[in-house]
Amino acid sequence: MINNIAIKGLLASTLTVLLFISNANAAGEAKHPERNTYSSAGVLGKFDIPSIQRGLQVYVEVCAACHSMDLVAFRALEEIGYNEDEVKAIAAEYEYEDLLDDDGELMFRSGIPADYFPSPFINDKQARSANGGALPPDFSTLVKAREHLSFLPWASTYGEDYVVALMTGYHEEVPSTAPEGFELASGLYYNDYYEGNAIAMAPPLFDDMVEYADGTPATMHQMGYDVANFMSWASDPTMQERKEMGLVVMLYMIVFVTLLYFTNKRIWRKIKKGEDIDPTKL
Amino acid sequence: MSSDKKYVPSSPTAKWVEDRLPLMGLIYSSLGSGFSAPRNLNYMWNFGVLAGFMLVVQIVTGIVLAMHYIPHIDFAFDSVQHIRRDVNYGWLLQAIHANGASMFFMVVYVHILRGFYFGSYKSPREILWFLGIIIYLIMMATGFMGYVLPWGQMSFWGAKVITNLFSAFDFIPFIGDGIVEWLWGGFAVGQPTLNRFYSLHYLLPFVLVGVVILHIWALHIPGSTNPLGIDADGPYDKIPFHPYYTAKDAFGLGVFVIFFSIFVFYMPDFLGHPDNYIKADPLVTPAHIVPEWYYLPFYAILRAIPDKLLGVVAMFSSILILFAMPWLDGARVRSMRFRPLSQFFFWIFVVNTLFLGYLGQLSPDDILGFGWTALTYAQISTFLYFAHFLLVMPLVSRMETTKPVPISIAAAVLDANKKG
Repeated sequence: MINNIAIKGLLASTLTVLLFISNANAAGEAKHPERNTYSSAGVLGKFDIPSIQRGLQVYVEVCAACHSMDLVAFRALEEIGYNEDEVKAIAAEYEYEDLLDDDGELMFRSGIPADYFPSPFINDKQARSANGGALPPDFSTLVKAREHLSFLPWASTYGEDYVVALMTGYHEEVPSTAPEGFELASGLYYNDYYEGNAIAMAPPLFDDMVEYADGTPATMHQMGYDVANFMSWASDPTMQERKEMGLVVMLYMIVFVTLLYFTNKRIWRKIKKGEDIDPTKL
Repeated sequence: MSSDKKYVPSSPTAKWVEDRLPLMGLIYSSLGSGFSAPRNLNYMWNFGVLAGFMLVVQIVTGIVLAMHYIPHIDFAFDSVQHIRRDVNYGWLLQAIHANGASMFFMVVYVHILRGFYFGSYKSPREILWFLGIIIYLIMMATGFMGYVLPWGQMSFWGAKVITNLFSAFDFIPFIGDGIVEWLWGGFAVGQPTLNRFYSLHYLLPFVLVGVVILHIWALHIPGSTNPLGIDADGPYDKIPFHPYYTAKDAFGLGVFVIFFSIFVFYMPDFLGHPDNYIKADPLVTPAHIVPEWYYLPFYAILRAIPDKLLGVVAMFSSILILFAMPWLDGARVRSMRFRPLSQFFFWIFVVNTLFLGYLGQLSPDDILGFGWTALTYAQISTFLYFAHFLLVMPLVSRMETTKPVPISIAAAVLDANKKG
C-alpha cells in the first residue's frame, strides 16, 4: 500500500514539475547565457586557481575602477594560492585612513592582509554620478545574485555563465535581433544578455587589455572567463571545502543507512510476518 | 505484546532517583518500550519524528548563528556573509539553517497530508489535530521572520508586502489605521522591524517546543492512528515503540539526512532567491517579489481575490479551515484506503495545491494554456481549494460506500501474509 501512495504522490509531483517546465523559458527577453565548463562545477568541483588569479588581475586592473568588493579581505587571497608575503604585497598597494595624529589630522597607512578591498567611490551617490546615474554593483556576492536555478539544468542560469555572456555580449550598434521597436537611450549600450538589453556599463573588456603574468593570451572571452571564476570564488569562497565535506558525509551516511536498513529489517522480521500472533485468540 | 509495560529501575541508584523524579519512567513510557504503537505503521508515520528532528536542528544551529549575527539594518547582510566566510564552519551552519527551514516545511507538509489521507484528524484526535495546525501557524510566522533577518532584497520586500497585508484591516475602529505602523515600529520597514523580528524569531521556536510537547501529549492519549484507520485495541495490534519504531525511525531519519545533505552541500542556494544576495535597498523594488516556496500556494490564493481584505481573509481561511475538518468529514471510516472516492479527491486536492504553489511564483498576468492568465487559473484553483473542504469533503464523506474494513490490525497482518 505504501508503494501505492508513493506512486500516486510521484505522479502528482511529476505533473506539477511538467507544468513548471512548460513555462520555464517564458519570462524575459534577454538571451540565455551559454554554459561554459568550469573546474568548480559538479560534485567534485575544485577552484581553478590559475584562472582565479588571472581574474584577480583583471579585477584589480580593470573592474576595480568602478566596482567595489567590500566583503573580501586581502587575507582571503591565501585561499587562492598566494602566500603570506604575496598577500602582504598586494595589500600594501592600497592606502587606508589611519588614526588621527596629535594635531587631529588624519594619518594614512598602507594596507595590511586584514584590510578589505577598498571601494573606488566614497559613497553610492558619487558612484552614480561618475557612471551616468547607474550604480556599479558590488562584486562580493554578485555571481550568486545573478544565479537563477531551476529544476532543469538547461533552464538554469549560472552566475559565472552570466558574467562571461555579459562581458562578451555587446554590440556596437543595435542588432537586428533586438526586440521590435527597440530604442537605445543615449549613454547606454546594447547587450544581448542584460535584462532589457540596455546597459549603462560601457564594454569593459577588449583583447589584450591586460598582460597576464602567466603569459595566457588575454582575449576578451578569456578575460571574461577568468573574472567570472574570480567572482565566483569571491561570492562563495567555501565552495570547495563544502563539496569535499559533502563527499565524506554522503559516503558515511550511505554506509550508515545501509546498516540501519538491515538492522531495522532484522528487528522487524518476526513482527512483519505476524509470527507472534496467535490466530485462535483474535 | 499489547499491554504497556511500566519502567522498572534496574539499579538501587536508578530507583532512588526515580522515586524522587520519575524522569526515566516518563521517557520509557513515551518513547521507550513502555509506549506501544500500532504494528502496521508505514513510512508515512516517520515524518512526525523528522519534524521534531528539524525543530531541534533549527534551534541548535540558530543559537550558534545568533552568536555571530547582528540585527542591524547596516550590518545584518554583512554579518551573514561574515558567518559564511570567517566563522569556523559558519558556512555549514548557515546552509543547514537556511535549507533546514525548507526541509522542516517539506516534512511537515508530508505529515499534514498523511493526516488528511489516513483521517488522523477524526475523533478522538481532534485536539491533537488543532495543536498541529497551531504548530504550523507558528512555523509560518517563524519562517517568515527568519527570512527577513539576512536583510537582502527579498527579505526587505517580502517583509514589506506581508506586513502591508494587515492594512486590509484598516476599517477596524481606533486600531485599524495603526496596525501596520505598530508592526513596523515606525513608518516603514526599518531598524525597529528587523530588531523585533529577530527577537520574535528567537522566541517562537521555544513556544513551538511547548506546543510540540502538548501535541505529543495529546498523541499519547489515543495513540497513533494507522494505515487501516481502525482502533488498535485487539490483543496483538500493538508493539512496543522501542525497539521497533526507534529502529524504523532511525532508518527513515538516515535517508532524510542524505536528502537534506544534497541541498546543504551541493545546492545550498537552490531553494533560496538570488535577489537575497543583494543588500536590501528601500529605493529599488525587485521585478518580482515572491515569498519562499512553502508559502506560495497561500500567496496565490491571496492574489487570486481582487479585493485586498477578502484576499487576506481567504488566505488566512485557507489554513484556518483545517480546524473544521473533523466535522466537515463525516465518514465513519478513517483511512482513505477504504474510501476510493475520497482518495481520488484527495489527490485532486494535492495536485491543485501544488498548482497553486506554481501559480504563486508567477506574475498574475503571465499567460498560460488556453490564453488564460495566471490570475484566472489562480481563481479557478482557489475555488477548487475551498470547494474541496466545503463541498466535496462534507458530501463525499457522507455519501460514499466504503470498502469493508478488517476486524483487527493483527487479522489484517495475517491476511496479508497468507496472500504473500
